[in-house]
Amino acid sequence: MGSPANHDNVASLATDFYSLLESFKETPFYHLLFEIFLVLTVLWLILFRKPRRIEKKLTEKEKQELIDEWQPEPLVPPVDANHPALNVRVLDGIVGKTIEIDGKKSLNFATFNFLNFVGNPRITDKAIQAVQKYGVGSCGPRGFYGTIDIHLELEERLAHFFNCEEGIIYSYGFSTVASIIPAYSKRNDILFVDEGVHYAIQKGVEASRSTVKWFRHNDISDLERLLVEQDIHDKKNPKKARTLRRFLIIEGLYMNYGDLCPLPRMVELKYQYKYRIFMDESVSFGTIGQTGRGVTEYYNIDRRKIDLISSSLEYSVGSIGGFAVGSSFVVDHQRLSAQGYCFSASLPPLLAAAAIEALNIMEEEDTTLCDTLMEKSKRLHQKLLDIKGYLIVGEDISPLKHLRLTNSQNTVARLEEIVEFAQTRGITITVARYLNDEHRLPEPSIRLILNVEMTDEELEFLCTVLQEARVKVTV
Amino acid sequence: MSNYQTNKPGDDNNRTSDHRNREEFEETPTWAAVVTVLGYAILSALGWLRDFLRHIGLEEKRTAHDPNPKDFVPLYQSYECFYTRNLYTRIRDVFNQPIASVAGAKVHVMERVSDDYNWTFKFSGKKIPSINLGSYNYLGFAENQGPCSEQAIKSIETYAVTTCSTRHELGHQRYVKELESLMAEYLNVEDCIAFGMGFATNALNIPTLAGKGDLILSDKLNHVSLILGARLSGATIRTFNHNDMKDLEAHLRKAIISGQPRTCRPWKKILIIVEGVYSMEGSLCKLPEIIELKKKYKAYLYVDEAHSIGAIGSRGRGVVDYWKVDPNDIEIHMGTFTKSFGSAGGYIAGKKNIIDYIRVSSHSACYSSSMSAPIVQQIISALSIIMGRDGTNDGQKRIQQLACNVRYFRRQLVDMGFIVYGNNNSPVVPVMLFMPAKIAAVNREMLKRDCAVVTVGFPATLLTESRVRFCISAGHTKEMLDHALKAMDEVGHLVSLRYSKKNPHHRWVELDHADYDKEYTS
Repeated sequence: MGSPANHDNVASLATDFYSLLESFKETPFYHLLFEIFLVLTVLWLILFRKPRRIEKKLTEKEKQELIDEWQPEPLVPPVDANHPALNVRVLDGIVGKTIEIDGKKSLNFATFNFLNFVGNPRITDKAIQAVQKYGVGSCGPRGFYGTIDIHLELEERLAHFFNCEEGIIYSYGFSTVASIIPAYSKRNDILFVDEGVHYAIQKGVEASRSTVKWFRHNDISDLERLLVEQDIHDKKNPKKARTLRRFLIIEGLYMNYGDLCPLPRMVELKYQYKYRIFMDESVSFGTIGQTGRGVTEYYNIDRRKIDLISSSLEYSVGSIGGFAVGSSFVVDHQRLSAQGYCFSASLPPLLAAAAIEALNIMEEEDTTLCDTLMEKSKRLHQKLLDIKGYLIVGEDISPLKHLRLTNSQNTVARLEEIVEFAQTRGITITVARYLNDEHRLPEPSIRLILNVEMTDEELEFLCTVLQEARVKVTV
Repeated sequence: MSNYQTNKPGDDNNRTSDHRNREEFEETPTWAAVVTVLGYAILSALGWLRDFLRHIGLEEKRTAHDPNPKDFVPLYQSYECFYTRNLYTRIRDVFNQPIASVAGAKVHVMERVSDDYNWTFKFSGKKIPSINLGSYNYLGFAENQGPCSEQAIKSIETYAVTTCSTRHELGHQRYVKELESLMAEYLNVEDCIAFGMGFATNALNIPTLAGKGDLILSDKLNHVSLILGARLSGATIRTFNHNDMKDLEAHLRKAIISGQPRTCRPWKKILIIVEGVYSMEGSLCKLPEIIELKKKYKAYLYVDEAHSIGAIGSRGRGVVDYWKVDPNDIEIHMGTFTKSFGSAGGYIAGKKNIIDYIRVSSHSACYSSSMSAPIVQQIISALSIIMGRDGTNDGQKRIQQLACNVRYFRRQLVDMGFIVYGNNNSPVVPVMLFMPAKIAAVNREMLKRDCAVVTVGFPATLLTESRVRFCISAGHTKEMLDHALKAMDEVGHLVSLRYSKKNPHHRWVELDHADYDKEYTS
């Protein structure tokens, strides 16, 4: 029952509304557009615009004050003048089986001269001939007239020695593995690395920027645990998993521990979990295996199952540099992507000539160098086990052994005392030196290295001196 | 389109704008850039077509096969190798050419033939004697006869080839100490330390000098070893435009005012890394201006003199000698022994406390074999000759010969109408080619005319800036340089390399040779 007044109100409202609509039709188009734009702007300001941070605008005076006040730290921190690296023994002569320090001769158990090639007359002759033909330096990287025919010969010989398709040489042992790993493994790829690998491998792993999974030294069950974890992770995202490369980085004979890697089991796991194996045989080349062809020969594993073997020419071979051997598929990639190969001067020809001659000696028909070395290592190991007070770390066939003191007396200072005492008796040994930023700093030890030319009497003498030193230090 | 600074008259520092120090980087002609990019586009299109044909089986796959089973993740992504398979392999014969003699002023290049378009090579057995314009042999010490090699041979007999031990253990020989003190004297600094490899010197020692919380300001065109070292150090890296002092100053100011990103804490220290001579550009760093900036903003300076030590400066002491600045103003002097001394290895020199710290914490000193005796002896002999200690003035003659050769060679190239980059005094002479096909053409044609040259393209340079890079040596005689210039003149005419818009184009016979010969008599 609407009263006339109500009805009038509604009617007037309706008329008002109607006239409003009419007036809309009459307003100019641009006016409508402008109003709609304003409305939309207001809506946007309320809903979408983030509040702008009020930037601190500094005046020129304030900027100059900041610049004047800033004090940098010194470029390097101060160094203790008594640090052992600043007070190293200075030598002057051939560092072979014997060395002369301060005019006294001593037996050398400290340098990586496994096959006693340092000072070998055949190698010296060949090096001299190379200088007379090629001069000393190579004057350029491999891409720009730095490839000399002697490099190609050395690469072929190394590939032939290991019975692989191709070899590649580098001019510096440290850079070899440190350039190889980043050439294949990029960001997001996965590296399974043994914790006991030496420093150059650690730097290569760092340079690659890949995801690194460390497993306990020589602990296969820890490696399997990591592989299983990665497998579970892969199953959640199979598409991504198909683009991630996986590598296992190990050493044949570990320089910091003197023990062999469990290669057969690792090769089995390779085909199960689909990773590639890069093995560094710096120490095991020339020392392990009947003919010195490394851990693959010792375990009788087909070398084609290992994707890449890298090694150094600075230990058994008695030259300088490094190399890698493997299938052409793997090795050829380094010629364009390994930084230490492409952007560095090539190996001086005389060092390549020395390495070729060393290979000649190792490959001779009647040589028993490596066999003899393994035998002597076993005998030395037995003799060392008989000395009380030392812990011998390493395999019995390894020519590289680490000696530690027992009964929680193992400190660098005590080991240095033993080294000094041994020097006075005519035995040169050394404490293994590491930098503080190793991934897992090994415990202090004396690194004993056996030279194949050492006689049994000399080994006995070594053990006697070590025994006396132990007694002296504990007193 | 070149974005480098050319010196304009009225620059801040009078020394750097002196006409003798003039650096030229003529702009790329637009049509050349367009044709170059078109060239790469056509090559890429052909490459895709070939890849497709290989995929469907119409064409044979020539690359090596993975010996592992098929379900392994592929070792290389196919796009990574696209460039190698389709562009690089076409002109592969031009790179990595083996030689069979000493890399001196003349070299024997081993001839290679390929039956299958550069996938495999065979040696024909022929050796091509050529003038060596590619090896880094600035002072001509790459010799297999003479006092240097004789002394090197004596040192092999006395010390053997290696010590098989590291510097921290038993590799510290007397001859290395001698080298280090001689080098420190040569550079007029307090102390020096030597390493076995130049690349490793940078890559393994920059991490000991800089770390997290530090800032590294590196020139855009720095060498790969410097970039690797900076990356491994963990510091923040910012690049400034090549030789652009205004950009460097802007970066320094911004860094000190704003501090570290996100936390705004002040930087612990700032390290500026530059090179003496840039090996692809031929330019010199503007050392006086950089030192001024460094003192104003309290930054530290690292100068890599790989190509400039021995080759630049009136006494061969590098850019420090060239610009006549105080060596104590530069914190780290770094250099290599490969280029001017005919040996191998690198060094770092500076104040004693810095060098002591590097001795203690360097990766090379602790884990790498010490330097080989003949290598060290070669450097000592070369240094003695350069410093005049052997009683002759052979060293000074070599330095002057190199300077004459450089001036003689450069002026004629510029006057013939080629675009030549770099400083008038730098022994590195890049001549622009631009187009990818010319990289191969110039190299092969020059070899036919008995000149061994180095041609570089992408990725060592920018895509449109391929070049042929000559390295002049003190061992080159005037006749050798004339032969090379004649060859370059012919090849330039054959392949159309005269791009310069600033300088008129001439053939070699049209030049007034008496004018250039004056370089040798002055």
